Amino acid sequence: MYEGNVTIPEAPIKGEYSKEQYWEWLEIMLRIRRFEERAQIMYMQQKIRGFLHLYIGQEAVAAGTVSASRHSDPVIAGYREHGIALARGMSSRVAMAELFGKITGCSKGKGGSMHFFDKENNLYGGFAIVGAQIGVGAGLAFAEKYKGTDNACLTFFGDGAINQGILLETLNMSKLWMLPVLFIVENNQYAMGTAVWRASALYPQGGLYKIAEPFGIPAKQVNGMIVEEVHEAISEALEFIRGGGGPYFLEILTYRYRGHSMSDPGKYRTREELEEYKKRDPIERVKKTMLLKGFATEEDFKALEQKIKEEIDDAVQFAEESPFPPPEELYTDVYVQQDYPFLED
Amino acid sequence: MRVITMREAIREAMIEEMKRDERVFLMGEEVAQYDGAYKVSKGMLKMFGPKRVIDTPISELGFAAIGIGAALNGLRPIVEFMTWNFALLAADQIINTAAKMLYMSGGQFNVPIVFRGPNGFAGQLSATHSQSFESMYGHVPGLKVVSPSNPYDAKGLLKSAIRDDDPVLFMEAEILYNDKGEVPEEEYLIPIGKAKIVREGNDVTIVSFNKTMKIVLEASDELTKEGISPEVIDLRTIRPMDYETVIESIKKTNRLVIVTENWPLANVGDELTYVVQKEAFDYLDAPVRCVTTADTPAPYSPSLLQIWFPSVKKVINAAKEVLYLL
Ligand SMILES: Cc1ncc(C[n+]2csc(CCOP(=O)(O)OP(=O)(O)O)c2C)c(N)n1
Ligand SMILES: [Mg+2]
Repeated sequence: MYEGNVTIPEAPIKGEYSKEQYWEWLEIMLRIRRFEERAQIMYMQQKIRGFLHLYIGQEAVAAGTVSASRHSDPVIAGYREHGIALARGMSSRVAMAELFGKITGCSKGKGGSMHFFDKENNLYGGFAIVGAQIGVGAGLAFAEKYKGTDNACLTFFGDGAINQGILLETLNMSKLWMLPVLFIVENNQYAMGTAVWRASALYPQGGLYKIAEPFGIPAKQVNGMIVEEVHEAISEALEFIRGGGGPYFLEILTYRYRGHSMSDPGKYRTREELEEYKKRDPIERVKKTMLLKGFATEEDFKALEQKIKEEIDDAVQFAEESPFPPPEELYTDVYVQQDYPFLED
Repeated sequence: MRVITMREAIREAMIEEMKRDERVFLMGEEVAQYDGAYKVSKGMLKMFGPKRVIDTPISELGFAAIGIGAALNGLRPIVEFMTWNFALLAADQIINTAAKMLYMSGGQFNVPIVFRGPNGFAGQLSATHSQSFESMYGHVPGLKVVSPSNPYDAKGLLKSAIRDDDPVLFMEAEILYNDKGEVPEEEYLIPIGKAKIVREGNDVTIVSFNKTMKIVLEASDELTKEGISPEVIDLRTIRPMDYETVIESIKKTNRLVIVTENWPLANVGDELTYVVQKEAFDYLDAPVRCVTTADTPAPYSPSLLQIWFPSVKKVINAAKEVLYLL
């Protein structure tokens, strides 16, 4: 029985990865971490308001997914999506400006933290209704199949979303219609304050991924603190999907270091548990590997830190200096129709 | 002119648009092999094949979401709900996703989708199968809501809805599917958001849409026999609403009766009444009246159903009351 302490399987790493690949992973993960840390500070300074859900701790999931997929594969996620957006190629500037509610943000300041959208990078959101993106992701996949591409849709959701009915409906239809969709549950062990084993009866059966098996959808658990493992699992899944195998399901075990959102003191977990996960930090692990393999020196890491710090400084300055949307923006983007007759008293 | 049923008119609109645009497809429960729960899509599977006419499981939330995802990614789905009562399970996707994507994404992602199916009462089907949703969805910015009453309007409006780049909710009626009307062979489109003056008159304006239009037209025949001249307006679209046509009519008749198959509180007529009192206060010679369903769930028993639904008699009485004839 799983209670609190989740065992994260550690598979031997199969592939050999190049120096460039390690540098790409490290840069993406470090960018996400430093971006999120700065966002937290900006929140405390009240530059950012509303809900802010940080990705810190989960960086390897975004980095390993992006390296294993194509830019033309559509991506869709929940509201903890900053990491995926940055990994996909959204600039820190545009992301920070969105958090500030500025017109230069990825969604013109109309979406905020929970609604990052980026057409250029095939990112379809940014969904704040838990689980809603699961069916929409299958629809994105439906369109890829209809158009005859071999793209696959990467559909991210949290362990909390496992319990939404839309998941069962979507698993069923995606298998019936053999849709090219990769379901990725980022199991960070908690949905707000509810530990996963308190919310899912599947958990004691071995894991959340069990939900896909009755539908005949191949499903696996992956250690999300190890970027190589994420990369390998996603690559394998995508190869299966692109080969016409239909949907695939991955449960990626990970952990969020910060609270659910900025207002969460985290009383539902112990300090020891948090420290335990921090010992498996995905960024520290990659750095260690890179040193071991002779791909980098401590000096190189410092230089990367400096580069990213400058980038985030610049992003904050850009966000600060950008204007808020002017009043007329209130009525744009409600309809494509340009002369829609809005009611005003 | 050629006469066809509403069912055929809706089918023709879908067939023509699917022939015109490869990206258009139809999905829903029983739409393909069974030819449609109400036979609206009869023969379409044969015509277009299973790639474009797709039977779904009974998963309204799920297939609404799949339709929206497909629309986001370059297709133009028509999603049929067996009835709008069942679309309540998909309300999250319609209201939280379809209506909001363009806005939340700062204009990057629009949702060119049509959700369609029969709406409202259809005989003695009792409480869960007899509801109409124009006012509920009409409330939501980002959606368009169309509710036609006859074959001609249904065809022209559905073709426009399929070509529209915004999400359109298209509300039909089981008990209108067999109704016949003139529909030209040639192609035509009817713009969304325009009401139609169905009968010109001078004494009282009567506004309605969808199946209550039949009651209004019957009532209007009776009133005409009694020497009263009603002007009848078919709203056709609920969102955006064509206030202009109604207000112009009131300037002539000075009296308004609205007939809907909505419940009384916050119904489509209330909204129209508000705008009319604000824009045409000085033209009104009597309070506006709304004839609605009773403020109860729909009953099963015929004795109760009869008094639940708007009737010809109620419409006639309301018209006479605003004319101070009763
Ligand atoms: C339908 C719905 N119900 C409730 C909420 C409130 N809520 C927001 S996040 C959340 C927890 C979700 O947890 P999980 O899916 O594990 O994602 P995580 O926050 O861990 O990334 C809840 C209950 C919501 N946004 N949507
Ligand atoms: Mg979680």
